[in-house]
Amino acid sequence: MSRAFKELGLDATPLAAATPAFCTSIPAGELRGICEQARARKARLVALWGSDETTRRAGHALHLALAFPAGLLWVSVPLSREDPHYPGIADIYPSANRMQRAAADLLGIIPSADADRRKWLRHGAWPEGAFPLRKNVEAGARFAQGPDRYPFVPVEGEGVHEIPVGPVHAGTIEPGHFRFSIVGEKILRLEERLGYKHKGIEKRFEQMTLEEGAKLAGRVSGDSTVAYAWAYAMAVEGATGTEPPRRALALRGILLELERIANHLGDLGYLGNDVSLSFGFFQFWRLKEDLLRTHAQLFGHRYLMDAVVPGGVAKDLPPAAGEALAERLARIEREVATLKSIYDEHAGAQDRFIMTGQVTPELAERMGLTGLAARASGVARDLRVDYPIPPWQQLDPRAASHTRGDVAARIAVRFDEVFESMRLVQALVRQLPDGDIRAPLGAAAAGARGVGWVEGWRGEVLIALDVSGTGRIHRLHPHDPSWQNWPLLEHAVHGNIVPDFPLINKSFNLSYSGVDL
Amino acid sequence: MYQLLKQIAKTGIVTEPAPLPDAALRALEQRLGELILKHFGRALAIRHVDAGSCNGCELEIHAMNSPYYNLEGLGIKFVASPRHADMLLVTGPVSRNMETALRRTWEATPDPKLVVAIGDCGCTGGIFGESYASCGRVSNVIPVDVAVPGCPPTPVAILQGILTAITPGRK
Ligand code: SF4
Repeated sequence: MSRAFKELGLDATPLAAATPAFCTSIPAGELRGICEQARARKARLVALWGSDETTRRAGHALHLALAFPAGLLWVSVPLSREDPHYPGIADIYPSANRMQRAAADLLGIIPSADADRRKWLRHGAWPEGAFPLRKNVEAGARFAQGPDRYPFVPVEGEGVHEIPVGPVHAGTIEPGHFRFSIVGEKILRLEERLGYKHKGIEKRFEQMTLEEGAKLAGRVSGDSTVAYAWAYAMAVEGATGTEPPRRALALRGILLELERIANHLGDLGYLGNDVSLSFGFFQFWRLKEDLLRTHAQLFGHRYLMDAVVPGGVAKDLPPAAGEALAERLARIEREVATLKSIYDEHAGAQDRFIMTGQVTPELAERMGLTGLAARASGVARDLRVDYPIPPWQQLDPRAASHTRGDVAARIAVRFDEVFESMRLVQALVRQLPDGDIRAPLGAAAAGARGVGWVEGWRGEVLIALDVSGTGRIHRLHPHDPSWQNWPLLEHAVHGNIVPDFPLINKSFNLSYSGVDL
Repeated sequence: MYQLLKQIAKTGIVTEPAPLPDAALRALEQRLGELILKHFGRALAIRHVDAGSCNGCELEIHAMNSPYYNLEGLGIKFVASPRHADMLLVTGPVSRNMETALRRTWEATPDPKLVVAIGDCGCTGGIFGESYASCGRVSNVIPVDVAVPGCPPTPVAILQGILTAITPGRK
């Protein structure tokens, strides 16, 4: 199987993982060549992160996860302790820009001089030259709060005004800073500054055992708790050689699709609200609340937190409960169908949705847009379809695909996915395999690795795990698809009017917590 | 348009009786409505501040705006500026990158002000705790009147917390 990577001149070793995955190690001097070839073969960059290997008598390391048709390739690039520099790759994979800067802030591994070297996660909580994710920094360390001073890109020109917004926003939204440069009402440029929610999640993981980490994984981005918990479980199961029972996999499928439906219903309501169709808001939020209460009844939590655990799932779905769920969904589905035709025919709403906040397929491909937003811009990728492991295997899931890349297309993708997820849940409930719902975890060898890769409602969630000698977490990088998609929001608003920003932003609905970590 | 009206008519009024926590919720809402009317004589203005949550607690604050919870009917409204707020609803452990922004928001809120910390993270720092990047619980940064546990707390629990905060003589 690793033959697929031979063409790249790589010796890749298969990793034990539910989705096909491989790992390899290359010297820094080969990094750019490999990335150029990977890009030419249409492999996409899923994640980039760093690690401190000094406790293993080595230096530091840079890591990349690249998605090939044959599977995920985890590339490690050892760097020296004294001079942890590497050639940047953001000109090859634009989405690497912020990931490189985050790795520099946390670990002091630094891309070459021609890269964008502005800080990203570091505001004032630790000083330049301190690297909190290094092993020699205690978890409880505190640095004096210093000034931030972030070098925004200045925009000049006649009649250009700047509007800074945030970090605290009007409304219940996560904190972040947006700097608009406008001419009249038109947005000339948007620059995002995130990192406000950085709360040291990756450091926290390193204080945990494999079992303990599950709860934290489910709280990297609370709205995607099932996707993260599943990805985490997959990674741990790979690293410990544990095989979750088939019934547990089917139940995870049900949970993941319920999470997708609930989030899409909420977004569809807000998108109506943003164009003054408050009717849509109340209708969709009534349906969402019905679903949340169903979750609480059947699985013990409104958002399904802690339902997926390493080895399986925490709670079974007895036959009667499965029937009740299918029946509840059928009812919601009928109402969503009605609401869809109302949205479709509402001239005022459509006028605001169509051609607003556009990301063309060409731009999406070039910049590495992913997930739901990518599927609205002609990039029909979906892990459930591209790597059909159980429980998707027999269900033949269909990836939503629209090409216009505007708010309307992102709404259309959500509607398609709600209906498809309903079909998947109902099929899974009908064909639920018999058996256990949880397998005991095996032991992990020191240095064992695991990857978990799951198509959450927003897009692909990755967990890359490296186990320490004592069965604890040596390094864990949780990766949210919002890393890839935030930069595209800057493009999508270009030329639109300021009052349409909330609508465009909502149509992406990206995670702050998931990227601030 | 016809379809829209039909859907409205078919839905009817869903604010209660709801499938789950109902009798308790109804009593809670009644008490809350009365107290707000008595003490404020107008709507209770709440400003939400996310100080570093996982976004789970926000989901429940959004859910409170669903028609099941008739917030406006109770006289609760979410406002866009701390200057118009009677109460701050603060979620999350306070990340150190939000510490200053939270403190400024609190300073900008006119006295007398109430602060309700939401969720296990707001109460204790939760799973994120205190670290180089997290100040932990909300009360480590600003004074807190009521803390509502839960991960995330349900809308009913949040409403209960708001009620406790405005109940006279609670201290
Ligand atoms: S209390 Fe739970 S849901 Fe709320 S922010 Fe903390 S982890 Fe997230």
